Parts: sequence; C-alpha cells; structure tokens
Amino acid sequence: MAKMTLEELRALRDEKKKDLNKRDVADKTKQVVIGMGTCGIAAGAKDTLNAFLQELDAQHLTDVLITQTGCMGLCYVEPTIEVIAPEMPNVIYGKVTPDVAKTIVRDHLVNKKMVSEHIFDRPAADIIDRGGK
Amino acid sequence: MAFTNYILVCGGTGCESAKADQIYQNLLSAANAEGVHETVQIVKTGCFGFCEQGPIVKILPEDSFYVQVKPEDSEEIIKEHIVKGREVKRLLYDKSESKKHARVEDIQFYQKQFRIVLRNCGFINPENIDEYIARDGYAALEKVLFEMSSDAVIEELKKSGLRGRGGAGFPTWLKWNFTKQVDSEQKYIVCNADEGDPGAYMDRSTLEGDPHSILEAMAIAGFTCGADTGYIYIRAEYPLAIGRLKIAMEQARAYGLLGENILGSEFSFDIEIRLGAGAFVCGEETALLASLEGNRGMPWPRPPFPAVKGLWDKPTVINNVETWANVPMVILKGGEWFTQIGTEDSKGTKVFALTGKIRNSGLVEVPMGTTLREIIYDIGGGIANDKDFKAVQTGGPSGGMITKDYLDTPIDYKHLQGLGSMMGSGGMIVMDEDDCIVDVTKFYLGFTVDESCGKCSPCRVGGRTLYNTLDRITKGEGTMEDIDKMRSCGYAMQKASLCGLGQTAPNPIMSSLKYFEKEYLAHIKDRSCPSGRCKELISYFILADKCIGCTACARKCPVSAITGERRKIHLINQDLCIKCGICYEVCKFDAVYVG
Repeated sequence: MAKMTLEELRALRDEKKKDLNKRDVADKTKQVVIGMGTCGIAAGAKDTLNAFLQELDAQHLTDVLITQTGCMGLCYVEPTIEVIAPEMPNVIYGKVTPDVAKTIVRDHLVNKKMVSEHIFDRPAADIIDRGGK
Repeated sequence: MAFTNYILVCGGTGCESAKADQIYQNLLSAANAEGVHETVQIVKTGCFGFCEQGPIVKILPEDSFYVQVKPEDSEEIIKEHIVKGREVKRLLYDKSESKKHARVEDIQFYQKQFRIVLRNCGFINPENIDEYIARDGYAALEKVLFEMSSDAVIEELKKSGLRGRGGAGFPTWLKWNFTKQVDSEQKYIVCNADEGDPGAYMDRSTLEGDPHSILEAMAIAGFTCGADTGYIYIRAEYPLAIGRLKIAMEQARAYGLLGENILGSEFSFDIEIRLGAGAFVCGEETALLASLEGNRGMPWPRPPFPAVKGLWDKPTVINNVETWANVPMVILKGGEWFTQIGTEDSKGTKVFALTGKIRNSGLVEVPMGTTLREIIYDIGGGIANDKDFKAVQTGGPSGGMITKDYLDTPIDYKHLQGLGSMMGSGGMIVMDEDDCIVDVTKFYLGFTVDESCGKCSPCRVGGRTLYNTLDRITKGEGTMEDIDKMRSCGYAMQKASLCGLGQTAPNPIMSSLKYFEKEYLAHIKDRSCPSGRCKELISYFILADKCIGCTACARKCPVSAITGERRKIHLINQDLCIKCGICYEVCKFDAVYVG
C-alpha cells in the first residue's frame, strides 16, 4: 500500500468500520436466528444464511444480528429461522430458501410486515419448559 | 463472502504462555477442516484483562466468553459452536443454567470497569493497522494535523486534566508546553515503556494489545512540540510487545502515518525502538535518557528537567505508555469529555495490575475515584481461598501498604499519597492473613537495594541499612531501637535521595511501621512471627492429642526429621528440621502446629 492522503485514510476508515462494527454487538436491536442443526444444514441453511448477509448489506441494515442455533424441532420445514424485532412478535419462519430470506429482510425487517405463508409455530410450545434452556 | 462469526483469541503474554497461540493455530486448522474458514474470522487480539481465567476465547456475535481454554478444545469450539451454533457450555465462564449464556457485561469482573486506555485490547487484532483505523485510529492525528494548532492541542490537554500515569502524576499539558516553548532546532519525544515494578504489566499489555495508539500519540506530541523523532524505550524482556510495535511501525510507515510528510502535510515524524536491559532505575526519566544515550543508567539531579534539557541536551517530552494511550482519546473526544470521568484532581481512568492473594488476578481499568474495596472485592472477587484480607500494596516497591480500615478510600493521586502510599504505575498486590508484613517489607527493600544504581549515598547506604535491619528483625535479633532507627533512616532517604527510586524506597517500611507496628514488636519482643513466615522465629510441633500416626508427614519430610511408627505419635527432630512447612501442609488432622 502506498502512502495515503487524508482522503484515502478517511475512505479506508469508513470501509473498515463496516467490517469491524459487525463484531460490535452493542447496538443491534434485531436478531435473526438461523437453525443450523444437521437437518437445517442439509436443507440448505448455509445458503439461507449467506442470502441474509447479502440482503442486509444490500439494504444497508446494520442493526441486525445474525446468529446460529441448533435444530428448532421443525425438521419438516427446514431451513427454519426465527426473527426477533422490536414492536413485532417473535416469528418462526420455515422453508426459508435464499429467495424467501430476501423477502423476509425486505418485508419483516424493513417494512414490519410478516411473511404469512412461511410462518410456523414452535412445536408443542406448551409442554416445553422454556425456563429450562 | 462476509463473516458470520468472529473468534477473538487473547494474544497477551499471559495467555500466550498458556498456549493461546496453539489454540489459535488449532482453531484455524479446525475451521479449514470443517470448511467454515470463509465464514468465521479468527483474530488474535490483545489482553482481555481477565488473566486469572486465561486463556480466553471470545466468540461474536453471541458474545460467548470461554475461559481456561486448552488447545484440544479448539476442534469442539469449531464443530459445535461455529458449525452447529451450540455453545460449548463447559467452557463458559458462567455455567449456570438460569441464563442463556454469560454475556461479557454480566461478568462481575468487567462491571465496574471503564476502558479508555484498554479500549482496543481484546477487540482488535494488534497486528492489523486497518482494524485500529476502523476504531477511529489515527483520527486524532488527522484532527491535529489539519484542524488544530499546537496551542489548541495544549489547551485541550490542559482542559482534560490528564496527569502522567507513570507514578508522579505531573500534568501532561505542562510538560508538553515546557518543551513546546523552548526554542531549539531539535527536540525529542520519548515513550517510557520500562515497566519494572514486580507484578505490574499494564504497559506491556497496552503495547501488545494496541501498539498504534502509542505511535499516534507520540506523533501528536511531535507535531505539538515541534519534534521530528521519537524513541520508545522498552525492556528487552518484552519480546511480544517489541515485535508488535515493530509490525505497527512498519505498517504506519507504509500508510504514510509515520515518516516524511504525514498524510501529505508538512509534518514529518518517525519513531525508533531502543531496548533496555531491565534495570529498574531506568524507569526514572533522567536515568532512562542517560541509558538511551548509551550511558550507564543513572539519574541526574533536576532541574534541568528533560522537558527543557533532556535527551542529548535537547528538549524532550517523556511520558509513560499509559499516558500516551490516553492522548488520542482526549484529542478525539475533547478535554471536556475526559473531565467527566474521575475525581476533582484526578481525571480519567487508571489501569491496575491486580495480583497477589486475590481471586481474579488480572488487568483492571477503572475510573479514578473507584474505591479499593470495589477493586478488590467486586472486580477482584475477594481474597483467594476465603482467607482474611490483611493489606494491599499499591505503587509497587515504591508504594505503601493500605489496611482494611482504609478500603473505602477513593483511588486518586491525592488520597493515596495521604495514606503514605502512591499511585505509582499501577501495581496492586493483595496480601492475606498468611503474609508476614515484616517479611513482605523485606522483600520490597531487597528489590530496591538490588536495583539502586549506587550514585547517591542516601539510597545506596540507606537502603542497605534498612534491609539489614529488617533482616535482623526477621531472624529474631531486632532491638527496640531498630524501630526509631528505621524511621529516621527512611526519612533521610525520602528527603535526600537523588531520584524517585531512593525517595520512595522507604515507603513500604514507613507505612507498615505506621499500620502494623504490632507485628514488628512481636518479632522484636516476643521473637515470634504471628503469620508463621519468618523461619528463624518458628518451630513446627506435632500435637500428641491429634496425631493418629498416619505417617504422611514422615514420608514427605525432605530431611527425614520426623520419626514415629504407624499408628503412634510422631515427633519432629528440631535439630534436623529445615522449617519447610511440608508436614504442616500434608497433615489432614491439624496435628502439626506452628509456633
């Protein structure tokens, strides 16, 4: 790298800041949890995850945290994800292909509109002790 | 392809020595083997500060805080956490089931801390300048070069109230202003990284974790005071810090942030590293400059102060690592912001290396004015092994002991001095009921006597006299006159010594005489050591009514001084006993008595 001018330093800082901010978890208010159990991965959860990352960048959303979790127990509609956002109920989506992922980002996260056709419920939530895990 | 997980591995000296590098390498190869190397970024950062629980691995975005990680855990971390998204529970600091997982902010150790100096430690990769830049690195230099005059920089520092963190607490702006006002063709900027207090490692960790902050601050001082050359004087036994500094300097030069015409401006500045041989006295600024010049490290009488006549007789700004690390933040966020942290006469934060008989040893940065109790009990987790707190030594061998009664003293320059101790560079050694105050004091005196350069007689002769007296007392040969003698000798040293080393060397004696005179008297009058530390004053006995004849002590005794048959009472032969205390430790029936 050649010696920089002031403008180049500023440009570099802005660019790198985006990368490093992803490490900072403090000001993220929304969360997308992706089910990455064996079933999820086999059904293409990795591609779904990548689709989320790409779409978040494309929509310039910086307040969304992407995390992984194990199997959510909805193996028949994998890949499954959960979206947690303020002013919205926590929603589990199933059969989330990369295209659906992009729709979820645009509708649910940006426009606060749920993507009805992909909503699934946690299995037998009433018999699982939620405090336990 | 973007990263979804970040693994931060501590790369401080403490964790490195506990195989953190192997963990890092194993994580990399495991990530490759599992095919996730493109989605997880593995970074070696600076010290997290929680050294007691090292090696530390932190994973983002989940904020999982793994402690005491071993190289063989790496594979599980990648397979379970990164691939499957399941936390490795057994490695979490807080394993309790009630919480989903321990977030860093939930850990008590971090709750009362406030990080300015260590702002990037444990967050960025210190060997990557881009990450420093992304954390507003070199933005302060940029601001100074293009938006501020040198007067404005001094004004900002003055407003901030920043004082030297090396020990004496001299206002930083004043030092800089002296140098700035002297008319000289050549001036120098020096970073004092000759950290020598036993048990102190704040500066090392700062340099290892965030080397660019020091380079940036030195360049700011160069611009402000009109200097084009800086030196970092660092001891050779800090190889990791030196290595990272060298990498940082190369990267800064490549980016044009050091060297000719920085960022296209008129200002040129470069830095060189000078290695010290590890003499404690070279942490004293004038001795450091003598050593930098290639001479024997001995102090010279001040005035003239280095700010006016320093390195090679040229005006020289010399500051300690921690002071430097504060500078970019003061410039960037403003002096006003800095004054909101801390107390009336001590602004900002202070980093302490918390060691000794404490549960959570580690590196701690707290706002000035935090009490000793908060540091020792809330952050430090209290005394190890549920023993009783006895005293805390702040300021290393130059400081004094502070007792239980003063635990609620807010820590700042004024209050610590009022207690006969000092801020020092930030070593904080905790002692418990098992520590003998006279013995500990003798240890500190032994250190300063060893490290005295010998130039002035108060320090050279006085230190030796004090040490010999203490040595006699610990052997049960002290007399009552010794107490007064030590006081007057110490007083003479404080007043007459040439530099800080001799002036502060009697502090441990003076403060322990003040707070623990009883213990001295026990050694002198009763010829006994209440804590059972001074070997000449104690004997080990076996209590006949408790001994069951298990032979454990006899088998462990290294000099075969213990005799006795199985199931019969044992006996220690006092002529053979070397008072190692092993019998006391191995006895499960409290049958060994120290008296």
